[in-house]
Amino acid sequence: MAETVLMRNFGRADSHTLASYRGAGGYAAWDKAQTMEPAALVDEVKKSNLRGLGGAGFPTGMKWSFIPKSHTGPVYLVVNADEGEPGTFKDRYLLERDPHALVEGMLITARAIRSALGFVYIRGEYVQPWRRFSAAVKEAHDAGLLGRGFDIVVHRGAGAYICGEETGLLSSLEGKKGWPKIKPPFPAIKGAFGQPTIVNNVETLCCVPPIIERGAAWFAGLGTKTQGGTRMYSVSGRVKQPGVYEASVSITLRQLIERAGGVSGTGRLKAVVPGGGSAAILTADEIDVVMDVDGCRGAGTMIGSAGVIVMDESVSIPEALLVLARFYAHESCGQCTPCRESTGWIEKMVHRIVEGHGRKDDLDTILDVAKRGGGTTICAFYDGAIGPYISYIEKFRGEFEALCRS
Amino acid sequence: MSNGAPPTSSRPPTERAGLAAPATIKFSPEQLAEVRRLQGLYPDARGALLPVLHMAQDTFGYLSLEAEAYVAGLFGLSPAHVHEVVTFYTLYFQQPKGRHIVGVCHNLSCHLAGAQDILRHFEARLGIARGETTDDGRVTLQAVECLCACEAAPMAQVDDRYEMQLTPEKIDRILDGLR
Repeated sequence: MAETVLMRNFGRADSHTLASYRGAGGYAAWDKAQTMEPAALVDEVKKSNLRGLGGAGFPTGMKWSFIPKSHTGPVYLVVNADEGEPGTFKDRYLLERDPHALVEGMLITARAIRSALGFVYIRGEYVQPWRRFSAAVKEAHDAGLLGRGFDIVVHRGAGAYICGEETGLLSSLEGKKGWPKIKPPFPAIKGAFGQPTIVNNVETLCCVPPIIERGAAWFAGLGTKTQGGTRMYSVSGRVKQPGVYEASVSITLRQLIERAGGVSGTGRLKAVVPGGGSAAILTADEIDVVMDVDGCRGAGTMIGSAGVIVMDESVSIPEALLVLARFYAHESCGQCTPCRESTGWIEKMVHRIVEGHGRKDDLDTILDVAKRGGGTTICAFYDGAIGPYISYIEKFRGEFEALCRS
Repeated sequence: MSNGAPPTSSRPPTERAGLAAPATIKFSPEQLAEVRRLQGLYPDARGALLPVLHMAQDTFGYLSLEAEAYVAGLFGLSPAHVHEVVTFYTLYFQQPKGRHIVGVCHNLSCHLAGAQDILRHFEARLGIARGETTDDGRVTLQAVECLCACEAAPMAQVDDRYEMQLTPEKIDRILDGLR
């Protein structure tokens, strides 16, 4: 079993308090970071092979280095705590049980990117995590950790999955509906309120203090060749012990399911979603995949937010797809025609199939519509939706056809 | 996926008891100070629009067109902009809502744990369909997308709380506690 890095404090009483965090050696990394130049901090994170843990898997240090060197105005650090990917719940644990790890990660990151102001965008439904994190910010402020060159504004969202997309999040933070923006310009060039902005996920930033404290080589060594560290896998669905499990990113999906107690229900595995609802589904004989960014990419899916949803043999794949199709139709922001129209029509078609009124050629129509729309929209939402549309139908076509009339 | 025929409620929500809108749409002086404090946190005051809309909803019960126009005035924004924002987000209510909001997750992990049965139990106990409010204004029932507590499926949000690993018995206890 890999070292516990991100969940190291979860077992401590009052782990959310400053006293407990400090008692466990918290803020030592921040002390060290203050003796380092910003460029050295960026370099250390680059060498650690930390990759974004919110979904896209982009190298974190490289993202930080995109802030224009010539820029003299404000730079903002925005934390994406708009956790919403179906099957993912790790950031909720971090906000509730180790909020000071995020505060410390933000302090170090702000120094690295020369930011004086950070925003933490927490999904509106996360009331308890919002209270916990706000209390930690107040404690850090009272202790003089914040308010001396860097401040944090805690911002509550209002219910919209699309605000987890970084430019949709920025629109929302600016007091608008959460419509994603065309890139380029990327947020590092022109982000929140028109200024260079780094948007990082909660868990990503919680990796930063251990990296600074123990070194890039140590963190890189925990993972695979192209991705350092451990990460928190959210495991749910038909497993005996659903929960959040920290493991090296070199773990395989098979090992992870075993750690979660194995398959429940019939006990026989049918399929697994490896990286949140938007990841292509894997069949029972595809679970030796390594659960890092490149391992999943090589298997034709994505690690995404590492939300693992396990389905045993009794699960209806068409019904599961209908649940996701309804979700994408509901959450499409409506800005781009291919996404707005296709998500609605595909939900209707999958619904018709599940109700027993579908035709076999409906399946080809769905695949055609899904494949045509890929890459044609402003943001990655629709590309995320077509992952399940295509993979569920292509890998379990017989199950869909059995429900069709002809 | 089979949805049982939900009971229907014919009267529009505004006519139900206990749901009357407050007479005046106006923040107290303390609240106005809080609005100014929030506006000052952002490089552009408009960044405080979502937090202030949360405040307005908590104060006025829901975001009527009058409330939208009032908030627009506090920001120097057009009522149309505020309406566009309010209608985009699921946590803002444009109609009077119940004193308690029950949002039952029906996304994938909760679906695998029997979310539809959970929803039907709520509907049967409350005598309303998802999306409706009880006649006495006590509870609004919603089916909602992933609340990211999949390890505790099936689950629901009841006001500020996450209620985990729901069973019919647990639902009955939760509903008995809502006044």
